Amino acid sequence: MRWIWIDKFVEFRRGVSAVSIKNVTLSEEHLHDHFPGYPVMPECLIIEAMAQTAGILVGEAKKFQEKVILAKIKKCVFFECARPGDTLRLEAKIESIADEAASTSGKVTVEGKVIAEIDLMFSHIDQNLAGKSFPEENFVFTDLFKSLLQGAVFSETE
Amino acid sequence: MAMSRDEIFQEVSEVMVEALGVDDDEVTATATLMGDLGAESIDFLDIVFRLEKAFGIKIAREELFPAESLLSNPEFISNGKLTEVGLKELREKMPHTDISTFEGDPDINKLGNLFTVDAIVNYVEGKLNAA
Repeated sequence: MRWIWIDKFVEFRRGVSAVSIKNVTLSEEHLHDHFPGYPVMPECLIIEAMAQTAGILVGEAKKFQEKVILAKIKKCVFFECARPGDTLRLEAKIESIADEAASTSGKVTVEGKVIAEIDLMFSHIDQNLAGKSFPEENFVFTDLFKSLLQGAVFSETE
Repeated sequence: MAMSRDEIFQEVSEVMVEALGVDDDEVTATATLMGDLGAESIDFLDIVFRLEKAFGIKIAREELFPAESLLSNPEFISNGKLTEVGLKELREKMPHTDISTFEGDPDINKLGNLFTVDAIVNYVEGKLNAA
């Protein structure tokens, strides 16, 4: 993961679900252009925040041995805009996970109100693309993101 | 409770509509997943996951879509066509699929045409009856 777009995890149920927080701030420069005088968080970046939340959940489920790549946006509906000052709560759940891939569902809330529903699919690329090889090192889960999990509250699943 | 073939088709059709973003009238029995419905490789996994949930069954991807393992074995392919050994393997691995037309010209580029909506209905029917 070469950049971090979420701020912290507040819940982490190994292999089951995770909740992260993303604070939106006017000091993010792109908000000045998107749009001038009416700053709203670009929706693709809300998807990115969910992809990171769900992607780390999926990666952790296989102990970060797999290179987990976003492969498909299965569903994506936006109900409200996210604005500077908002705290996005991103809740991701694993729906299915196999050797080759995983599917997740998720919702994004601001102050308890659902602003988006985002269902994704991730590919474990080493298991999936016959004949193609990738670098040995896990370029998806670099040291950069590990600090994110350090503060996370893990709850073991039954 | 046993499901009728019609009910299975309905359910499979819904899975296709959701997984591939197609209209329900495009999902006919003979529609091919890749050619007619525009499925890509990750969609096959999406379909497998959705079928598992819809029917409460466990599906090995290899079992429903065995093409990849066939294509990666040099013994099964010669000059871009499936060999006799390859065809035999295909018949064994895809009993739920009618491969009689394909046998006439076993061009591997046409392998995708074997994955039809009907083949999936057959597969699910077999699974449900075996359970």
